[in-house]
Formats: sequence, C-alpha cells, structure tokens
Amino acid sequence: MIKFDRVSKTYPGGQQALQQVDFHIEPGEMAFLTGHSGAGKSTILKLISLMARPSVGNVLINGHNLNDIKLSQVPYIRRDIGMIFQSHQLLMDKTVFDNVALPLVIEGYSRKQIQKRVSAALDMVGLLHKIQQLPQALSGGEQQRVGIARAVVNRPPLLLADEPTGNLDPKLSMEIMRLFEDFNQAGVCVFVATHDLGLIARMKYRTLTIKQGRMIDDGLNDQNDPLSTLSDLQDPNLPPMTKLPPKYTL
Amino acid sequence: MSLLFNGRAGDNTTRRVGFFQRVFMGGINHLRQALASLGELWRSPLATFMTIGVLGLSITLPSTLYLMVKNTEKVTAGWEQAGEISLYLQSGTTEQQANQLLLAVSLMTSKIDSARLIAPDIALEEFEALSGLGDSLAYLDKNPLPFVLLITPKPQYLQPEPAKRLLQELEQQSVVDFGKLDIEWLEKLYAIVSIAKDIVWIVAILLCVSVVLIIGNTIRLNILSQREEIAVMKLVGATDNFIRFPFLYTGFWYGFLGGLLAWMLVAFLLWWIQSGVENLAGLYQAEFTISGLDMQALGVILLISISLGLIGSLISVQKHIKEIEPS
Repeated sequence: MIKFDRVSKTYPGGQQALQQVDFHIEPGEMAFLTGHSGAGKSTILKLISLMARPSVGNVLINGHNLNDIKLSQVPYIRRDIGMIFQSHQLLMDKTVFDNVALPLVIEGYSRKQIQKRVSAALDMVGLLHKIQQLPQALSGGEQQRVGIARAVVNRPPLLLADEPTGNLDPKLSMEIMRLFEDFNQAGVCVFVATHDLGLIARMKYRTLTIKQGRMIDDGLNDQNDPLSTLSDLQDPNLPPMTKLPPKYTL
Repeated sequence: MSLLFNGRAGDNTTRRVGFFQRVFMGGINHLRQALASLGELWRSPLATFMTIGVLGLSITLPSTLYLMVKNTEKVTAGWEQAGEISLYLQSGTTEQQANQLLLAVSLMTSKIDSARLIAPDIALEEFEALSGLGDSLAYLDKNPLPFVLLITPKPQYLQPEPAKRLLQELEQQSVVDFGKLDIEWLEKLYAIVSIAKDIVWIVAILLCVSVVLIIGNTIRLNILSQREEIAVMKLVGATDNFIRFPFLYTGFWYGFLGGLLAWMLVAFLLWWIQSGVENLAGLYQAEFTISGLDMQALGVILLISISLGLIGSLISVQKHIKEIEPS
C-alpha cells in the first residue's frame, strides 16, 4: 500500500530529514511509526500526503509513484488519504457537522448523502449528539474524534495519523487507538506516527522506528520486543506504565 | 474520481446520477457559494460598506462626467442654426437680382436644406424691435441694411470643415458681398467637448484601475485572514478552483453592490444638478432635462463594475491561493 524506495529528503537550508528510507506497508495493515521529535516521522507522513516531495527516491501508494503526480492532481490524491493531526486542524468557526462534511462537500456529494455519511461517521466516533456544536465547546479528546470522523467520512482506503494522541491522557489515547483498530478491521490501512511508546507496547502491531532520518527498525523482525529496541527513545515525560489502570494493559 | 485506487470511483454516488442532475447540482452549488459569499459580506457590515463605498464613489465620478458630456452633445446637436450661413448681398442689389440668387441657391438641393431671403425693410423692422434703438434709427435718411440670404445647410455640411467649404462656394455667386458663418464658435465648442470627452476617458480609466486594485487588495486580505481555513481545505483534498470560487463571488458582489451604489449616487447628483440646468435653460427660453440614466445605463454601469470586481479578485486569487499550502 505504502512503499518507500530509498527516499531521502533534504529541506531547503540543508537540513537532512530523511536518508535512504526503505519500507513497505501491506494493504490492510496497521502500523506504527515511532522515533524522537525531529527524527523524521512527520516528514514521512508529509511525503505520503504530498505536502512535501522527496529529494531522492520514490514514494509509491498502491503501486502509483507519487513523483508522477502533477500539482493539479494533488487534491485528488489527498481525497484517498484520511489524515489526522495532533492539532486536529478543525475549522473553529464551523459546526462539527460542517467540519466533518467538508471532504464530502469538496467531492460534490448530494445534500442527502452528506447528511447520511456525516451522521454515520460521527456515530462511529460517538459524537452524534454534538453534531451542531462548535469545536470550541468540545474537549480535546472530542475534538480529536471530530478530526477522525472527518478523516474517515469519505471512506478512504488509507488513514494517516500524526501524533493523534499527543495532547490526550492515556485513557483517551487508548480509545482513539481502539477506533483505529476498528477501521483497520474494516479493511483500512492505518499508519500512525507517535512517540507514545507505552501506547505502542500495549498494542501488538508492526512498529517502524526512525532515528535521525534513518530507518533503524522496520518492524518486520518479530522476535524483537519493541520496548527493548526503543528503550533509548523513551520519553522521560511519559507516565511509567505501572501507573496505568490495569484494564488498559494488554 | 480516484487516481490511486481504481475501484474507489464507484464509491462516490454522484457518479450514478445523470448528466443533467449533475449540472443542476453544480448550479445549485454555485448558487449556494454565491449566497454564502454574500452572507460573509453581511457578517462584517462596516468593512463591506467601506469597500463598497470606495467602489461606488470611484465609479460615480466617470459615470457622471460621461452623462454630462453625452448631454452636452445632445444640446449641441439641437443647435443646427449654429451652422446657418448668412449671405450679405452687395448694396444696390435689386429685389429681382436677390430673388434670382435665392432661386439659384435653392436649387443646390444636395447641399442646402432651405434658404430664406430677408428684405432690407423687414430686417430694419426686426432690428428696431430687438435692439431697442428704434428712435435713433429714425434719424437715418435711408435704410443701410442689405438683402440677406439665410441658408440652412444639409446636416452633413454642419461640421466646421464642410461648412467652411460651402460658404466659400456660396461666396462665388454674383451679387454676394460676403458670407458669414459662426465657424470659430462651433470649432471652439467641438474642441471643448472633445477635450471633455478625453478627460472623461482618462478619469474613467484611472478610476477603473484603482477599483481593480482596491478589490484585489481587499480580496487579498480576505484570503490571508482565512489562511488556516484554506490550508485545511487543501488538506482534505480541495482543488484550487473549489477554494477560488467563493472569493470570486465576493469580488462579484463587491462589483455588483458598488455599481448599484454608483447608479444611485449618479441619480442623486443628476437630480441635484437638474434644477440648476433648468434655471439656465430657462434663461435661454429653452426646456432641457438631463437624460441618459435609464435601465440601459444601469446595465452598463453594473456590467463594468462587476467586471472590475471579477478582474480584481481574479488577480488576487490567482496569486495568493497557490501560495497557501498546508504544512
């Protein structure tokens, strides 16, 4: 589904964000991407969503090389990718309904279809009762779920999330991850960038690790416990795992 | 439409609806966007009113000047007698000679509309009545006035140059002493009107350019103030066109409302001037109403102002929407 073929990215000014990154995520797979802040997680997501272009190498989605995509085709690519951000990127002066409906309005769905799909998406994230509220009236976790509803409302085959749980407490983080699992079980390929190692450890999914722009572990080596390889990446701000309520420990 | 996933296109149910319904839905969408843009303007009434005020005033000035020039032209078109030629016959010409000349001149039907002979005694009576010198004229022992032939040329000989040539031709006739044509006065008037026309054009062009710049700048500020919103829309797959249209509609509304305001202002100004014009016309024993501000003028003003609004917003939108990218 997502294939990086010796991708390097150098930002203007000479900062090297990625060096010779290679990995392949299968269709229908759910995978995590982890690493320190500044290691290159966001750059990888930006290359997939065409917010940036690789300096060297190829990024392929479903076998299509993104280097062949013209600037005018970029919007159509983004319609196939549901994107979720730490800062959730909601329009604060529009209602929850309008926010979630935006991708459908852009694609020219009929009013009836929009109504139906927005309700379904909000129902999935458990926010149907807040449909007419403004995002300001919602809590951080609820805002994030509105962002997720918007990302999945046009049923994209690929879901990208950049630090989706960055501002949330462990309980809410887990809820968000469960949502991602649900989408994955429905056949969506989910790719989550996060530095929340505790969360990853509790979910047995493939984990790709990036360090200073290089892929140091593409997660295919099963016998490795992700925590042991990543112990040097442990964020000191994270609460120790033993303090978590037992029901969220797998 | 999906570029990456072949099977996905069928997911979008709009593909199942017919062509006409899709066109219809597109029209509905545009109408919705247009109304949304109008609503957006309504939500910040002061800023909107100031922008529309600037546009309205900018369009009012050239429109008013244009109507004034148009009306001046209409007035001068009514002054055909300004091109009337007076032929003064030599003193001592007999009435018979004068009548022969009248006949000869009247036969030049290709150039002359009508000719009229004024006998000296009739001219004297007229002079007595109009000049107020009646008493002193009684002291003259004989009538000093010659026969005069008043000739109205055909309309195509009313322009300064042809009129001059006609006058020279008529002066060749026998018994004609000299002819007179108020050509200098006509030339001056035409020159003034043509300068006025040029000035109207210059003012109009300058103000139209400024209208385009004002709208362009206003739209630019609108775009920049919605930077984040545009970035989010691009993130979820909006094309540049989709983002562009609301701003073009905003430009359209600015132009439309500015044009409407201009039309009302022009109507007000003309109403204001009208009483002065009537007064002036009254002094010339004439009746005159300023005209030209009809539905056609409204159409032209709106067309121009809407075009200016669209051009201004188009320039701004082309440049600035490309620059905003999600990061």
